[in-house]
Amino acid sequence: MKLTGAEIFVECLKREGVKTLFALPGGVVLKIFDVLHQQKDIDVILTRHEQGAGHMAEGYAKATGKPGVALVTSGPGMSNIVTALVDASMDSVPLVCFSGQVSTSLIGNDAFQEADNMGLSRPCTKYNFLVKDVNDLAVTIKEAFYVATTGRPGPVLVDIPKDVSMNKTDFTYPGSVSIRGYNPTYDGNKWQIKQAAEAIAKARKPILYVGGGVVFSGASEELIELAEMMNIPVDMTLMALGAFPGEHPLSMGMMGMHGTYWANMAVHYSDLVIAVGARFDDRVTGKVSEFCPHAKVIHIDIDPTSIRKNVNVDIPIVGDCKRVLRELNQILRATVNGEQKELRKPWLDQIHVWQRAHPLTYEQDSNGPIKPQHVIKRLYELTKDRDPIVSTDVGQHQMWAAQYFKLTKPRRWLTSGGLGTMGFGFPAAMGAQAAFPGRLVLCVAGDGSVQMNTQELATAVVNKLPVKVVIINNRFHGMVRQWQDLFYEGRYASSYLDVVPDFVKLAEAYGAVGLRAAKVSEIDDVIQEALAVDRPVFVDVPVDQYENCYPMIPAGGCNHEMILADPPELKKKQAVGTPVVGEDKDTVLTA
Amino acid sequence: MEHIISVLVENKFGVLSRVAGLFSGRGFNIESLSVAPSLDPSMSMMTIVTRGDDRIIEQIVKHLNKLIDVIKVVDLNESEFVERETALIKIHTKPEDRAEALRIADIFRANVIDSTPTTYTIEVAGDTKKIEGIINLLQPLGIKELVRTGRVAIAREPVRPVAAQPKRVAKE
Repeated sequence: MKLTGAEIFVECLKREGVKTLFALPGGVVLKIFDVLHQQKDIDVILTRHEQGAGHMAEGYAKATGKPGVALVTSGPGMSNIVTALVDASMDSVPLVCFSGQVSTSLIGNDAFQEADNMGLSRPCTKYNFLVKDVNDLAVTIKEAFYVATTGRPGPVLVDIPKDVSMNKTDFTYPGSVSIRGYNPTYDGNKWQIKQAAEAIAKARKPILYVGGGVVFSGASEELIELAEMMNIPVDMTLMALGAFPGEHPLSMGMMGMHGTYWANMAVHYSDLVIAVGARFDDRVTGKVSEFCPHAKVIHIDIDPTSIRKNVNVDIPIVGDCKRVLRELNQILRATVNGEQKELRKPWLDQIHVWQRAHPLTYEQDSNGPIKPQHVIKRLYELTKDRDPIVSTDVGQHQMWAAQYFKLTKPRRWLTSGGLGTMGFGFPAAMGAQAAFPGRLVLCVAGDGSVQMNTQELATAVVNKLPVKVVIINNRFHGMVRQWQDLFYEGRYASSYLDVVPDFVKLAEAYGAVGLRAAKVSEIDDVIQEALAVDRPVFVDVPVDQYENCYPMIPAGGCNHEMILADPPELKKKQAVGTPVVGEDKDTVLTA
Repeated sequence: MEHIISVLVENKFGVLSRVAGLFSGRGFNIESLSVAPSLDPSMSMMTIVTRGDDRIIEQIVKHLNKLIDVIKVVDLNESEFVERETALIKIHTKPEDRAEALRIADIFRANVIDSTPTTYTIEVAGDTKKIEGIINLLQPLGIKELVRTGRVAIAREPVRPVAAQPKRVAKE
């Protein structure tokens, strides 16, 4: 029996085990939506904006490890999801995005809602396909899933012209595919691994610098074994949070621009940096030429281009983190003795000195304005027993969440690291909630960020995705304001948000629940109340507007030269209250 | 330092834009690029002339390898290679210059492949120095149009010393 392209599309998705499709229809994909409408196996979540669909698919993928799948229409549908594709590309998120295209006969004619989808997506996908013939559709979809999920994961786009979804052909789904130009390396070079093991056994001041690759390859167990066996402290990048238990004595927390003092000092003064699934991003290295100046560097990564891109590496190992660490552990296990623990004691003692010298702090006056850190700390304390999934938007609140929310397991942390996409958090949380309906999914958002995708409140309500969004509301683009404070003499160019909607009313307008904690004493009760309802909730928390996020390594600065608190002149200026900031009730939009 | 990189790619639409996009997107530079089908028509061979220090060249080679449509990448500078380029040069000649033009072409072993009363089109092949040499000499005569293919290159086969053969072999 012959099937239409649209039927083949749906059948292929079923064969790939797709359960949830984040989608928004349009003219050229109507045939596909029509088929989707008449089946029950794939749950179609209609989003209110294609960017939302993209981030939901990302959240789904980050939380499950399975590819997130989105379907959008041609032209604006495609261009709207580009941000999510770039984001997924930067953070190695397996995504398969299907876009509609005008009929093959019209391609290139500037037809209605036509865009060069291949051209738009080429630089922001791992690979992209244009299906010109319905006979190629099934194998292309198989290849798309294969490329997205193997090697270093990433987004893949499949562009399907309207006539391809209408035409008919015989359907056969290939069991497997292989592409001659694509052969990721999974097993590390044995000799190199042996070299690494020798270097690790000898090092007096080693540090593990772990990135998102540990999460993607599911290498947490191996990482914990290595760290414990050899007594090595673990610095995590923003992407790696959860890959190593946050409360573990060897956990140094997050490193980098807003990382902990001791994590950054440790990497700076170490004699051996073991980078696993990380890519020496500028937010981690600071000034590259002075990054870990005393250390030998081992770099384990599945992507050869990550190695020696920014930093010279002494022992490069291309391979899957899990497999390489497993092999490394095997060698070390045979040679390990009590000596290593003794050898590293002075090093760990030194780190403890740093930890005690500059812990993460803030001062919460019980009658004063709410400190943003306090909100996140309370949220953490009140939810940690429920093993929540936490998403964030981008900005100060993201960094505070990274500092104060100690995750114990991987795939609990959804954040936009590489691209830094404001508006990511809320839809990403919904994507994770769609994958795990019974779990607690939290989103720590900023008032600036969350406004970039509030339209998805409707999606959350309709699809019963009871995510809990806590909005750290300082009426500023806070991180921008912080930089303006520190580097632009406090001139708040376009960082103050004159009008911020009443988030409680906004949530209610969509049929969600809106709550507000206006005083310190209300925080716990409001969070508890939010957790108790089985509906999407916006919790608005107006916080101290001028709180800055520390430690901070200024862009291009060295890792051991951190700003640890507001410089004195800054404190004075804020106390005088130079910027013009209205009272909340004056500028809040009311219905 | 200049490197010549040979890239075997899938012969299908869009591959050139992926390679070109990689160079522009990452700020690598392309001095010349030539591409044509290989012996197997499903693949094309690209010859890319680029420039950069060792770290950049290493990244270029790795990034090319990472492209899914790229099948094989060889940095020819890692061994010996020979390179050639072809140029087609159309010169506008005054009657008194026509003999001189032919003489120059002769010196460079170039061929005249088209001729009109006022023009010659000269085809010349060789390494970059040779191409630039003939251009320099023809320029005073008046070059009307110039088209260069960009360089193509191929690795030299290593020369193996001929093993001494025993003079006589007795077989039972």
